[in-house]
Amino acid sequence: MALHPRAASVPAGTPTRITQGSQTRGGIGESTLRPDGTLKVTGEFAYSSDMWHEDMLWGHTLRSTVAHAEIRSIDIGEAVATPGVYAVLTYDDLPAAMKNYGLEIQDTPVLAHGKVRHHGEPVALVAADHPETARRAAAKIRIDYAELPVVTDEASATAPGAVLVHEGRTDHHIGHVPHPNIVHRQPIVRGDADAAAARADVIVTGDYVFGMQDQAFLGPESGLAVPSEDGGVELYVATQWLHSDLRQIAPVLGLPEDKVRMTLSGVGGAFGGREDLSMQIHACLLALRTGKPVKMVYNRFESFFGHVHRHPAKLRYEHGATRDGKLTHVKCRIVLDGGAYASASPAVVGNASSLAVGPYVVEDVDIEAIALYSNNPPCGAMRGFGAVQACFAYEAQMDKLAAALDMDPVELRQLNAMEQGTLLPTGQPVDSPAPVAELLRRVKARPLPPEQQWLSADADGSSVDVRALPGGLSNTTHGEGVVRGVGYAVGLKNVGFSEGFDDYSTARVRMEVINGEPVATVHTAMAEVGQGGVTVHAQIARTELGVSQVTIHPADTQVGSAGSTSASRQTYVTGGAVKNSCEAVREQVLEIGRRKFGTYHPAWATAELLLESGKVVTDGGEVLASLADVLEGEAVDVELEWRHRPTEAFDLRTGQGNGHVQYSFAAHRAVVEVDTELGLVKVIELACAQDVGKALNPLSVVGQIQGGTTQGLGVAVMEEIIVDPRTAKVRNPSFTDYLIPTILDTPTIPVDVLELADDHAPYGLRGIGEAPTLSSTPAVLAAIRNATGLELNRTPVRPEHITGT
Amino acid sequence: MRVNFTVNGRKQEADDVWEGESLLYVLRERMGLPGSKNACEQGECGSCTVRLDGVPVCSCLVAAGQAEGREIVTVEGLADYARHRDDAHPGAGCAAGTCGTSLDQAKRRQAGPPDEQGAEAAELSPIQQAFIDAGAVQCGFCTPGLLVAADELLETHPSPSDQDIREALSGNLCRCTGYEKILDAVRLAAARQEETVR
Repeated sequence: MALHPRAASVPAGTPTRITQGSQTRGGIGESTLRPDGTLKVTGEFAYSSDMWHEDMLWGHTLRSTVAHAEIRSIDIGEAVATPGVYAVLTYDDLPAAMKNYGLEIQDTPVLAHGKVRHHGEPVALVAADHPETARRAAAKIRIDYAELPVVTDEASATAPGAVLVHEGRTDHHIGHVPHPNIVHRQPIVRGDADAAAARADVIVTGDYVFGMQDQAFLGPESGLAVPSEDGGVELYVATQWLHSDLRQIAPVLGLPEDKVRMTLSGVGGAFGGREDLSMQIHACLLALRTGKPVKMVYNRFESFFGHVHRHPAKLRYEHGATRDGKLTHVKCRIVLDGGAYASASPAVVGNASSLAVGPYVVEDVDIEAIALYSNNPPCGAMRGFGAVQACFAYEAQMDKLAAALDMDPVELRQLNAMEQGTLLPTGQPVDSPAPVAELLRRVKARPLPPEQQWLSADADGSSVDVRALPGGLSNTTHGEGVVRGVGYAVGLKNVGFSEGFDDYSTARVRMEVINGEPVATVHTAMAEVGQGGVTVHAQIARTELGVSQVTIHPADTQVGSAGSTSASRQTYVTGGAVKNSCEAVREQVLEIGRRKFGTYHPAWATAELLLESGKVVTDGGEVLASLADVLEGEAVDVELEWRHRPTEAFDLRTGQGNGHVQYSFAAHRAVVEVDTELGLVKVIELACAQDVGKALNPLSVVGQIQGGTTQGLGVAVMEEIIVDPRTAKVRNPSFTDYLIPTILDTPTIPVDVLELADDHAPYGLRGIGEAPTLSSTPAVLAAIRNATGLELNRTPVRPEHITGT
Repeated sequence: MRVNFTVNGRKQEADDVWEGESLLYVLRERMGLPGSKNACEQGECGSCTVRLDGVPVCSCLVAAGQAEGREIVTVEGLADYARHRDDAHPGAGCAAGTCGTSLDQAKRRQAGPPDEQGAEAAELSPIQQAFIDAGAVQCGFCTPGLLVAADELLETHPSPSDQDIREALSGNLCRCTGYEKILDAVRLAAARQEETVR
């Protein structure tokens, strides 16, 4: 068995070291299929809303009908008296001194106490024997609200005498924010933007608005809490980070963490919307109160209130350039609306500010990003996390600058493109490949899709397939008034948690012989939310341990934390942890082999040994023993934590600091057709090129890129949670009124995958999930601008923006 | 009230059904068939799609009482339904997989390592297998509804164009995949079906 030739045939840019188990089928680099695929296509996969327990009750949440009010009284008498009702809980029933929770700042009440701060805030809970009984009983709870004025934007939040969303703040940000209605502020100042502006031949400015997007994962917030005999509780739930939930749940239940045992149940998508708690504590409270298992399942209406959204933003940018197109400076101010509770707002501010100029070389910058407290719905994590809003604005600015300079917009971007070694506005060097110009070149070089595809090929030219036109089945046009546009964008996203966060993961790997076969078991607390981590973990174990049989243990809190399934970090960090633990297992297996068989062959002591296709082999390819023989009668079990390189906090005054671990780059070209009379847009192709470092599972990589691209398309042309600016009430909490792209709205998405290894990362990989969500939105906007000649400075673009009506 | 109906070929009865209960609720919570998904319960996302006397419907919008005396097929019964369809309407030569190696079987053997292609994989319907092979399953919450809708499409339009597929599946939302691999899956199932019939 020859192992070396592989090194010569790998694509340029991938590591050339010998990979363990490179001959073992189903290892990294292959499009291995999902281990949960069969269960998911047969309907047997147990999602959190599918949980069932004998004698279980149904929980329901009563939510506020107003955005900001004092609660004068709550009357639960009639609800409690409803037949079939087992418990009605309000703030007064909370068992522990700790009554709030939160990801970073514990400002979110489990149940409203004294006050509600946003429309849909949880006020009371009901457990009953039928979900409809619980809903009807909740409707009988009488709440007397005394409404308060609402804070809904920067002007109302910081006006003299403005109502404070949180009075008496004590969190660690309060000392350096200019107003108590500002959660966090991050300036980034580098060079001298004013002096640089004086050198600019061309300056362009722009004001941009980014609407409130929803994660709209399909599996609703749901789970089952089962009281246990020791007074604790078992919780089966869909989440992105079990241990983060646990840390927030246990204190408000008044229980030690080991009495709250959490198991991940099937997760129907997440996209950041499951980083914060939803029904977790509520179900546990009801289960502990009634002594019975309690299931809670949100319907879609409640789901819109049950999770945080993407921060809507207002952005003001100034870009300058010399006549030959070199950027002189960027000034910008980004105002993110965090809504009523902090959630992830401080970290979103850090991302928006540090990535505010995108993947470009600019030495002189003056950046400020803030997040507001308001009475709008709370906003937090969503795919792209602060970088999305900035990318929308800086890419529009690059197009504006290109027009002012009479340059090709792609050439202008390439001229200013970041490379390996470029300093970010934070002063941090980008110390891995940064193929920004190359990604743009690739999407631009792709042949354009044919014109007027709605004309039927087999007809005389007069036959029109209206399904391919803007408006589609609505039959709004037969092609007259339809114009085409092409637009480009590129984005820069950080990977992993930044600003000094201890972003570790844990993996337990066990190897033993079962039925004569070596089997590896991988146990982590990683939340599989659809991204395919379970597939990749098995691939890593096969590669590192040379076995074909890998069992993925269900994720739970019986193993150390894996961190969050977000920030494009899980394959890097938990994948790294699995790799690391496998390496330790491998060493122990080889030690056992040396002990058992070392006297039979000198290579046991002298050669570099690999595990390959179920055998121990030398690096020369000589087989020494089978793993089954080595492990017979013994098992190796290792649990280790794994960390990537440390990061540091940004300076609160200058924003300088090595805050990020890794970067992810994607570029898009959008081709759209616009019915200019009706303002309808059809995106007909959205091509992407992305650098993934190393594609551990190419099929999954492409799936992630296409999915992220589509979410960016959604916010470009249709997705927005509309909040009434006078009342701060949500107007469209349903899939009837909040639109996400259907298969008819989504074009073909050709994907060009580049693999330039990041030498700091396991296998050279890059986090991939978020970058495509950044650039697809501005690419679509640029294409619509190109088609219509309109400025279009907000997302989503609605028909009235195009028709000017 | 009591509701009598046939689910996946089996006669069923549900007792004590409240008049407002949906077919989706009865299937999920009373029949123990959670395969049909409760993503929006507003008839907008298609995740709860089942066939009611052969017609794809959002089971969240069907009152349980409307199912009285009727035939339901859910994702749990899809493989069996597809097998019976093949038995009832065999191809020109022979029914799927009974003579020689079908394209389906050949491709299945090539896909992925042996441990993930267990014995039960052989029992999937062509559209279920194609969803797995094409990478059309991510979180999978939309998958059951898409499978029921796509299976009906292929039954009535064995060689659908891309526009046909898009039109047929336009009532099924997916938030993970970007739909491209779902299109791939339907194309793959159609191609395998054609190969089998030939």
